[in-house]
Amino acid sequence: MQGFFLINSLILGLFVLLSLYRVVLGPGIFNRLIGASVIGTKTLIILAFIGVIYGRIEMFVDISLVYALLNFIVTLAAAKYFQRKGAL
Amino acid sequence: MYILSILFILAGTFFFFSGTIGLLRFPDLYTRMHATGKCDTLGALFSLTGIALYTGFSLTSVKILLIAVLVFFTSPTATHALLRGAFDSAVKPWTKDGKSVVDVQMRGK
Repeated sequence: MQGFFLINSLILGLFVLLSLYRVVLGPGIFNRLIGASVIGTKTLIILAFIGVIYGRIEMFVDISLVYALLNFIVTLAAAKYFQRKGAL
Repeated sequence: MYILSILFILAGTFFFFSGTIGLLRFPDLYTRMHATGKCDTLGALFSLTGIALYTGFSLTSVKILLIAVLVFFTSPTATHALLRGAFDSAVKPWTKDGKSVVDVQMRGK
């Protein structure tokens, strides 16, 4: 069962690497922001998986909650900033 | 219970996979956002539900379901805000023949 969670975390890490292509090379600032938001959501799930693998889910779930809030606020603030200013 | 948890996590991984493929392969900003906004929300929801089923009923699983509810509300909101910001700063939608469907230049900065 731990191996299943480990393999699933590795697959999600592969998806993070694939999304990093859009963050590095994406045309314009908004494509990069989408990629960053997607990577944030996947990191949230990977943190919960790491908690299950280590057997300390009660500690990692708080980190995961803070990461979800931070991801939301960062995306919202960046969207409002670039809405006023246009492309970078 | 473990079988159900494995099924939920596999469904979540499938949705993350299709979201990533959409992010890489779609032609412009709005279609990419169409792929990632929905697939990420549903993938996170399925994966967190699977982890909560694996943990069993306790305060921790209630917290995990709380994160799922938070993601379910905040991820579409963030996608909508990002989309509105892109549309207001005149990012053109992609069409097949290159002609614009909406007049994005008319919208004020």
